Amino acid sequence: MTKKNPLSFQLNVDDFAPATEAERESLVQLRPSVSFWSDAMRRLRKNKVAMVSLVVILVIMIFAFVVPSFYPYKYEQQIKGALYLSPMHYSEDEQAAIAAGQKVFPHILGTDNLGRDYAIRVMMGSRISLLVGIIASAIILIIGSIYGAVSGYFGGKTDMIMMRIVDIIYTVPDILIIILLSITLRTPLENLAAKPGWGWVQTVGTNLISIFIVFALLYWVGMARIVRGQVLTLKQSEYVTAARALGAGSGRIIRKHLLTNCIGTLIVTTTLQIPSSIFTESFLSFLGMGVAIPMPSLGSLASDGLNGINSYPYLLLAPALLISLIILSFNLFGDGLRDAFDPKMKS
Amino acid sequence: MAKYIIKRVLMAVLTIFLVATITFFLMHTVPGGPFVAEKSISKQAQAALNEKFGMDKPLLVQYKNYMLGILHGDFSLSLKQRGWTVAKIISTRFPVSAKIGGLAVLLALVLGIPFGSIAALNRGKWADNLIIVIATCGIAFPSFVICTVGMYIFGVHLGWLPTYGLDSVKSYILPVCALAFYPMAYITRLMRSSMLDVIGQDYMRTAKAKGLSTSKCLFKHALRNAILPVVTYLGPMLAYTLTGSFIVEKIFVIPGLGGQFVSSITNRDYTVIMGTTIFLGALIITMNVLVDIVYKLIDPRIQLK
Repeated sequence: MTKKNPLSFQLNVDDFAPATEAERESLVQLRPSVSFWSDAMRRLRKNKVAMVSLVVILVIMIFAFVVPSFYPYKYEQQIKGALYLSPMHYSEDEQAAIAAGQKVFPHILGTDNLGRDYAIRVMMGSRISLLVGIIASAIILIIGSIYGAVSGYFGGKTDMIMMRIVDIIYTVPDILIIILLSITLRTPLENLAAKPGWGWVQTVGTNLISIFIVFALLYWVGMARIVRGQVLTLKQSEYVTAARALGAGSGRIIRKHLLTNCIGTLIVTTTLQIPSSIFTESFLSFLGMGVAIPMPSLGSLASDGLNGINSYPYLLLAPALLISLIILSFNLFGDGLRDAFDPKMKS
Repeated sequence: MAKYIIKRVLMAVLTIFLVATITFFLMHTVPGGPFVAEKSISKQAQAALNEKFGMDKPLLVQYKNYMLGILHGDFSLSLKQRGWTVAKIISTRFPVSAKIGGLAVLLALVLGIPFGSIAALNRGKWADNLIIVIATCGIAFPSFVICTVGMYIFGVHLGWLPTYGLDSVKSYILPVCALAFYPMAYITRLMRSSMLDVIGQDYMRTAKAKGLSTSKCLFKHALRNAILPVVTYLGPMLAYTLTGSFIVEKIFVIPGLGGQFVSSITNRDYTVIMGTTIFLGALIITMNVLVDIVYKLIDPRIQLK
């Protein structure tokens, strides 16, 4: 081929030849595109620490919600002559029954000062702690994400006022609000429970409900701040402008575009909120302001156990270690979720 | 700088005023009162007490009187502890909490900063893993678990340390360690991630390239930049630890401000609640302003506005 003049417009004919079989092969998509979810889930499954934590959480949930229904003892049942039994010991009556050939289920963690089987109490305690953690976080998620999204989306004066309210709630000592609100809420809730049709309030326990409300009113501020920060950047995106140009209202943009696009952050923050709710509930129960007697929570069990620390350390150690395990696994799982949803954030 | 500080102080006064107002009305809407629980007191005596403390007047008048009192520096008398002014209660209780809290913050810094740096410099090695495990545990374990388990192991089982009071040097060890554990873990995590960030920066390569010794690189360049997030965290943390943790004070029977605050809330000792809330709010905000100034001193690039 003769050398082409660099200024010539003449095209190279070879460039227009049909693609060969080999070239076609290379252009075929090698695998289907990976969606956001499956990509995150794949990263999560690879994270050994997070998966182990998930298994631990599931096992604890089975013990908290399923096992008590067929466990041979009840959490408020007092066994005669079985005060302060050490783990795996039997009372005299039970020893007689065993000698007579009957089968007696062992007290795996012994019994407490009123002769109640401690293993079932710890299980019920973790049920209460988990319920508080999960339900409170769900309420916090709803309030916090809506508040944060509205504040961030509208911006300007609305944002300023809404964020100053958040700042003020942040500055009032939370222990003060918690105690005052739970005292304030007790009477109206008890009145409510007495009305027909509201019997479930009594079943769940007025204290427990007031804890949900207090947490919901207090701890949404952190969530609101995070969501606001995300929305502030997201609302500049082209798809929001496009949606607005197509005539979508503010409500639809927030619901369909902004909140769905910070779903990763929402999931991670909620997961990390669960241990901190459990933490606060246990702290309240420990101060004697949590759930009502005879309903145990891990915090109140540990608080009761503290009184007999010299002679019966297992009454303290069992709930204390279990609550640490629950909080630890939720934290590690939450960290795993964050790494999975947002690999850039990985520290 | 001066303008900035004045602006912050004015904002702080406004915030504290709002917080005090909210607390005042919230507190009074809660059923019960300081003298209701005392059954031995007759109706007449209750009325007389209410009159003595001005609590028979309408709420708005009480609010006005209280706020005017504060402007004159008068936090009035405690309703429950006869003969004690609120100012005196705070000034006797706060130093106890502050001593333990200050030691705890010091311990948290002294351990947390080196731990975080060591972890970052040995990323992925056994030292890093070990430190991460300790820090994660520190974040996850509730303070009452650390207190009670520490009390059981060192106080009851081994019998090395006393389990209550603050009579000897030894008796400080358990509460200070228990209080320091969470901030230590948090500082370690902060320090590790910011250190990892800093050692990847260009100026670190430049420093190494121009032949600075490793220690000079580390202390002059890396540490100074990496410590900024820790300084930010230090403000709120100092305020909270200084005013005392309710749990630590309850478990180790320490007469600090935290325990006092909780008992004043359950007793409806209105004046003590108000006084402590205002004190706490002022402390938090002062710490935050101080931290901002320290921030500026450490990193001259930062503009305060």
